[in-house]
Amino acid sequence: MTVRTLLLTGGGLVALLVSVAVAVTIGPADISTADVWASVASHLGGGDSTLAPLRDGIVWDLRMPRTLLAAVCGAGLALCGAVMQSLLRNPLADPFVLGVSSGASTGAVAVVVLGVGGGAVSLSAGAFGGALLSFGLVMLLSHSLGASMDRVVLSGVAAMQLFSALTSFTVLTSADAETTKGVLFWLLGSLSGADWGLVLLCAGALALVLVVCLGHATTLDAFAFGEEAAAGLGVNVARARLILLCATALLTAVLVSCAGAIGFVGLVLPHVTRALTGSGHVRLLPITALTGAVFLVWVDTLARTVVDPQEVPVGVVTSLIGVPAFVIVLHRGRRKT
Amino acid sequence: MSTPAAEGIGSPAPDTGLHADRVARRTDGQLIVDGVTLVLRPGETVGLLGPNGSGKSTLLRLLAGVLPTSTGVVTLDGRPLPEVGRRATARRIATVEQHTHTQTELTVREVVALGRIPHRRAWSPASAVDARAVTEALERAGLTDRAAQSWHTLSGGERQRAQIARALAQEPRELLLDEPTNHLDIQHQLDLLDLIADLPVTTVIALHDLNLAAMYCDRLLVLDTGRTVAEGTPAEVLTPALIKEVYGVDAEVHQDPGHPVIRFLRRGSGTP
Repeated sequence: MTVRTLLLTGGGLVALLVSVAVAVTIGPADISTADVWASVASHLGGGDSTLAPLRDGIVWDLRMPRTLLAAVCGAGLALCGAVMQSLLRNPLADPFVLGVSSGASTGAVAVVVLGVGGGAVSLSAGAFGGALLSFGLVMLLSHSLGASMDRVVLSGVAAMQLFSALTSFTVLTSADAETTKGVLFWLLGSLSGADWGLVLLCAGALALVLVVCLGHATTLDAFAFGEEAAAGLGVNVARARLILLCATALLTAVLVSCAGAIGFVGLVLPHVTRALTGSGHVRLLPITALTGAVFLVWVDTLARTVVDPQEVPVGVVTSLIGVPAFVIVLHRGRRKT
Repeated sequence: MSTPAAEGIGSPAPDTGLHADRVARRTDGQLIVDGVTLVLRPGETVGLLGPNGSGKSTLLRLLAGVLPTSTGVVTLDGRPLPEVGRRATARRIATVEQHTHTQTELTVREVVALGRIPHRRAWSPASAVDARAVTEALERAGLTDRAAQSWHTLSGGERQRAQIARALAQEPRELLLDEPTNHLDIQHQLDLLDLIADLPVTTVIALHDLNLAAMYCDRLLVLDTGRTVAEGTPAEVLTPALIKEVYGVDAEVHQDPGHPVIRFLRRGSGTP
């Protein structure tokens, strides 16, 4: 069992490294594979790059952070999705189920369209604020309703509707066509704004939340038969729920503010991964982070190249590819039972 | 050693085992359990009887410590449960719910292994001790050859056996069961109760069937609207008068050797 875990983790890491190494060589600028790798190696302290500074910048300051941000976002969204599905005991749960993404969109729109913050606040900061506001509202609402897990889900649905309405209202009444297009693009999820700062921010949040979730791996196992059963197994249900909801909401808020609401990864990748690892969270959580990372690296590569020179929002591509993959997984699952 | 909350009167809190001292639970202003006292003797099987809504399930949850008492105290080896702590409580007391369901894809062995959670620390993998406890629990519940099967492929009776195996993997000294034989046919009811009766633990079991309770329990506690209305051996408790009082039905009770047998009588006389 442990051997299998090591094999899966090792395989996942190798797949991720290979994916990143290949993805950075792909792009509209015509730079040879060898030149790209030499450039990356030189920045990592090994050898010299022969590339001109401009082309070197394309590799190290554009493609590299973007690919890494894709990996971090994919890992984080898949992780949050897996935790949410187990905690809420709902296979349809995803990282956005608590209204985090809708709150983020309202926050972003408030900054970009309404000019809240007077230019001193960035779109990402606005989105982050909106995400936390929405999450706080959901927690307050669900607490007042008795804090059972289905109340949390219903509160999330309510918040999602409210903030979507606010976003649509603001965009339709106040935004010009150009701003609308920009906001829409961001809402659908895009990694085009990636830089090293965002990569480090998101990677830091991912590392923190991954540690918290792995520390609660057996606790999450205990939720399989519901909260009362978990309590019977010695779990402090209220505390575990609060910690895990806050941790995943925080990571989701950071990721959404940096890359928009990239859908589907958090919903489907945990299901795909469970087919590989089984339901034990000690294995599921790290492996689903890896599969999410590999998936989003490739999907983003596709998103920025397939309709060259235009770029498709990565959230659109995740769904276009993800839906058929999901159907296949569901079919295989049905045959098994 | 801390002093238990029993204030001298009534039965004193024993220093060993599970003890409920005048516990009450109020939900939405209504008393669900109203001043019940229960002292468990090591190894005995106590049956909880009473009509629907009499507070059996709530009392079990109070005994397990998953629900806090409104007044009164549940002690384990003389210490109140909140002081013992959730994890330590779960290493001593295991519960089997009336009906269990999961959407998670788990093998029978994985379900039973859940019982090891209170014994494991965060970050530490399952040990050889954990694996052995799971294997033994599967064996005792007669599920060894089902271990690798998906929990979802089990029948109702097997699912309950799996939950009992999970409870045994917790290595409890007290086992609390809430109508575990509900929805099972008579063969599986008897199988399950035989299994439970042979376990080397102190058992509290809520039951609906008075005859099964008489057959399998050393002692009975009868609840009505949250209060204890009778307590004692099956022969002492299961009288026509009590059955009439609590359930509102007429019955004849035959004192067979070993345990009483109850025969319920049809109401009225005009019905064909």
